[in-house]
Amino acid sequence: MTRGVWGWITTVDHKRIGILYGVTAFVFLLVGGFEAALIRLQLARPDGAVVSAGTYNELFTMHGTTMVFLAVMPLNAAFFNYIVPLMLGARDVAFPRLNALSYWIFLFGSLFLNASFFVNAAPNAGWFGYANLTAKQFSPGANIDFWVISLQLLGVSSLIAGFNFIVTILNMRAPGMTFMRMPVFVWMTLVTQFLIVLAFPVITVGLILLLFDRFFGTNFYNPGAGGNPLLWQHLFWLFGHPEVYILILPAMGIVSEVLPTFARKPLFGYPVVVYSGMLIGLFGFGVWSHHMFTVGLGAVVDSAFAVGTMLIGIPTGVKIFNWIATLWGGRIRLTTALWFALGFIAMFLMGGLSGIMHASPPVDMQQQDSYFVVAHLHYVLVGGSLFGIFAGLYYWWPKMTGRMLSERAGRWNFWLMFVGFNVTFFPMHFLGLLGMPRRIYTYAGGLGWDLWNLVSTVGVFILALGILVFIGNAVASLRSAAPAPADPWDGRTLEWAVSSPPPEYNFRNIPTVHHRDELWALKAGRAPVEAAPPPPREIHLPPPSFYPIVVAAGVVLAATGALTHLALVVAGALVVVFGAYRWAFEYRSSLGGGLRPPSDASPRGLRGQSPRSSGPR
Amino acid sequence: MIPGPARVILLLTSAALLLAGCGLDSPMTTVEPKSDLGRAIHELFMNISGWALLIFVVVEALLIGVVFAFRDRPGREEPRATHGHLGLEIAWTLVPVIIVIAIAVPTIATIFKTNARPPREALAIEVTGHQWWWEVRYPELGIVTANEIHLPVGRAVSLSLKTADVLHSFWVPQLGGKRDLIGGKLNNLTFTADVPGEYPGQCAEFCGVSHANMRLLVVAQSTADFEAWAGRLKAPPAPPSGEAAKGHQAFLAGGCVACHTIQGVAAGVLGPDLTHIGGRKTLAAGILKNTPDDLARWLKDPPATKPGALMPKLGLTDDQVAALVAYLRSLK
Repeated sequence: MTRGVWGWITTVDHKRIGILYGVTAFVFLLVGGFEAALIRLQLARPDGAVVSAGTYNELFTMHGTTMVFLAVMPLNAAFFNYIVPLMLGARDVAFPRLNALSYWIFLFGSLFLNASFFVNAAPNAGWFGYANLTAKQFSPGANIDFWVISLQLLGVSSLIAGFNFIVTILNMRAPGMTFMRMPVFVWMTLVTQFLIVLAFPVITVGLILLLFDRFFGTNFYNPGAGGNPLLWQHLFWLFGHPEVYILILPAMGIVSEVLPTFARKPLFGYPVVVYSGMLIGLFGFGVWSHHMFTVGLGAVVDSAFAVGTMLIGIPTGVKIFNWIATLWGGRIRLTTALWFALGFIAMFLMGGLSGIMHASPPVDMQQQDSYFVVAHLHYVLVGGSLFGIFAGLYYWWPKMTGRMLSERAGRWNFWLMFVGFNVTFFPMHFLGLLGMPRRIYTYAGGLGWDLWNLVSTVGVFILALGILVFIGNAVASLRSAAPAPADPWDGRTLEWAVSSPPPEYNFRNIPTVHHRDELWALKAGRAPVEAAPPPPREIHLPPPSFYPIVVAAGVVLAATGALTHLALVVAGALVVVFGAYRWAFEYRSSLGGGLRPPSDASPRGLRGQSPRSSGPR
Repeated sequence: MIPGPARVILLLTSAALLLAGCGLDSPMTTVEPKSDLGRAIHELFMNISGWALLIFVVVEALLIGVVFAFRDRPGREEPRATHGHLGLEIAWTLVPVIIVIAIAVPTIATIFKTNARPPREALAIEVTGHQWWWEVRYPELGIVTANEIHLPVGRAVSLSLKTADVLHSFWVPQLGGKRDLIGGKLNNLTFTADVPGEYPGQCAEFCGVSHANMRLLVVAQSTADFEAWAGRLKAPPAPPSGEAAKGHQAFLAGGCVACHTIQGVAAGVLGPDLTHIGGRKTLAAGILKNTPDDLARWLKDPPATKPGALMPKLGLTDDQVAALVAYLRSLK
C-alpha cells in the first residue's frame, strides 16, 4: 500500500475509494446544509432581506443539486465501495481502476459545479431545470451551462460506478454465496445500480438536447419554433423518479442490515424484502408523470399514473411490516445505529404517506409546487435517506476506521437531528396547506405563514447542532477512541469476519459461504468449520494507478473548455486519450506482483487478522 | 435522550398549533375551499388524509410498542430465529392493496369530474402568463386587464391558460388547484366560485428571478357587482384634467407608450394594459397596494421592487412621478 497523499491519489483499493467518497460527500453535505440554512434565514420572516432574489434562486438550485448528486448519492457510494466487496467475500470490485476513475470524475465534476459560485454564475433554474426557462433567451449567463456540464460529468461518474458494481455483485461473490444468500444491502445496491444505468442515460439525452439548444441554437425545447418544453419534463422525470429510489433504496438496505444485528434475529421475510426492493425499482420507471399532474395531460393519463404511483405504496408498506416483524421478539439493543434505523422507518413512513396524498392528481393540484411537497421530499430524503446513511455511519464506522464512536454522543446526535428535522420540516406541511408556493425568495406577511416559517428556521439550527455533534464524535473517535474489535456488534455478515479496518486484501482466504447470515451461523456453530486452508503464498491485488486521475482531469479539462475555449476541449480530449492508452497497457509491467499475507493461521478460514493490523506493505 | 412518547407529544403539540393556526387569517389556504373544484379536491384530500392518519397511528404505535416491549433488559432470552411467515406476508400485502383501492376509486372519479369540459354557459377568460405578471382578457366582453380577475359567483368560469414566455402555473388556492401555463399548449381550468370575496393567488411554477413577485388577485362578486365592474371596464376612462392632464402628457412624452396600452392613448403590448389601472386593488402583479405612495415608489425604480422587471428605472423626476401618479390613478 502506498503511503501519503500520493497513495490516496493513485489508490484503486475499494476501501480507500469508499473513504474518499464518504469524506467528499460529507463536505458537500455541509455545503448543501449551509445553503439550506441561508434559504431558511431568508424565509424566517416576511420580506426577508438576507439574500437577493437572484442569490436565493442560486441557493435553492445548488442546494437541491448538491444534496442529490454531491451528498446523498456519493454517501451511498461510500458504503457501496467500502462494504459491498467485504459482504461479498471479495478482494476488491471488478474494475478497481474504473472505480477510481468514477471517484475522480465525481470529485472534479462537483468542484466544477461549485466553481460557478466564484465566477458569479451559479445555476439558478432549479435542480429540475425546467425548459424553456433554461433557454439562452431567458437564462443568458453561464449559470445553466455550468449545471448542464456538471450533471453530465456526474452522470458519467455514476454510470461507471453503476456498471462496475453490477459486474462486481454478479461475478465477485464468494463461493457458495448464491443470490438469495446475499445480504440485503448488497441486493439494494444491485437494484440501485440497475436504476442508475437505466435512468442516467435518459437525463443524459435530455441534457444533450439542452446543451444543443444553448450552444448550437437548436430548438428542441423552444415552443416558438416547434419544439416542446414538455419533452424536458418527461425526460427529466423519467430519470428523476428512479433517482428518488436511487437515493432511498441503499438506505433501505442499510436498515435491513442494522435491524437484524441489533434485534439479534434474522431479517424477517428476506425474500419478500428483496422482491419488494426490486418491485419498487421497477415501478419507479412507470410513474414519472406524477410529477406532471398540473401539466394537463388529461384524465386518462393522470389516472394511470396515479394508480401506478399508489401501487408503489404496497411493496413499501410490505417492507415496513417486515422490518417491524424483524424487531418483534428480538432482544433490541438501542444503539445509535439502531436509533437512526428506527428514525428512518418512522420518518420515511410519514414521507410515504404524504406521497400517497399527492399521488392523487386532484389533491396534487393543490399540493404540487407548494411547501407540502417540500415537506414530503425532505421526509423521504432526510428522514429517509440521510437517517439511513447515519445508521450506516454508526454501524460501519468501527469497520471503516478501526475506532469506536461514542454511543453517548451518538444519542445526542440522533435526538438533536430527529427533533431538529421534525421542527424544520413538519411545519412545512402546514405552510403548503396554507398555500405557500416553493421556490419563492420572499413572501408578504398576513398570509398565515409567518409563524411556521420562523419555527422551521429555528429547526434548522437544532438539526445543524446534531450534525456538529456527529463531527465532534467523529473527530474524538479518530483521535483517541478505543480500537474497534473485528466484530463489535456481534454482526451477521462477512464484513465482521475481518479485522477493523480490514487488511488491504480483505480476506486472507476467500471464504466459502453456506448461509445467508454466514458469520452468525459460524458463530452459532451451524456452519461447517473447515480446517483453515494454508494461506495463499501471495495475493494478487491490482497495483496503484495514476491513470484514473489523469483521465478524469482530461474529462474535466474538456468540460472547462466547453465554457471557455475550444482549444481546451481538444487538449482535454488528448489527455483522455493519453491516459486511457497508458491505462490500457499499464499492467504489462506489473503482472506477477503480489502481496504476501502474514503467516499466523487463524482457526477459521474466515477470520482476518487481529485488530489494527494494516497488512503488509 | 427523548423517549418514544416524546415524539407523540411533539406531534400532538404540532397538531394543536395547527388548529390554532387555522384561526389565523390565511387567505391562500387550500383547506377552506370557495369553489366547486376546491371542494371536490378538499373532500378527496380529507378522505386520503383519514387513511394516512390511520396508517400513521397504527404503524408508528406498532413500531414504538415493539421497540419498547422487546428492548434488551437483563434476563431477556436470546431470541428465536424466525425467518418469515407466509400468512403474514400475504396479509400485509393485501391490507395496502385494499387501502390503495379505497384511495384510487374516489381519486379517479374526481379526476374525471375535475377534467370535464367547461359548460357552454361558462364565462370565458383568457389568462396569459408573462415574466412576471398576468394578462387577463374577457373575449366575450371585450375587456383587457392585468393581474386582477373579476368573476361572478355561481357561474362557471373557463380559464384558457397560456404563456408568452416561460412556464408559469395559475394558482388561487381557495378557488381550487393549479394548472400550468405551457408554451405551445393551451390549458384549461374550469370552476365555479360560490362565495364572494377576494382571493389572492400566485404563480406556482418557478419562472425566473421574480417568480415570488408574480401574484394575482381574484375578486369573486355577485352578478350585479360583476356586471357593474364589467361595464366600467368596457367604457374608456374619463379624460384627464388638472394634475392628471400633466401626467397624461408625461405618459406620452416618456417611454411609457412603447410598452403599455391605454385605450385611446397608447397601444404598447409588452407590459400590462393600464386602461383602468386606477380601479385595481394592487400594483405590479399583486405585490404592492394601489396607493399613491406605492405607485410612486414603483414608478421611481421598478426593479427595486421586482428584481429583473422588464420596466427599467426611467429616471423620472419627482414632479413627473407625481403627475403620472395623478394620471394613472384617474384611470378608473
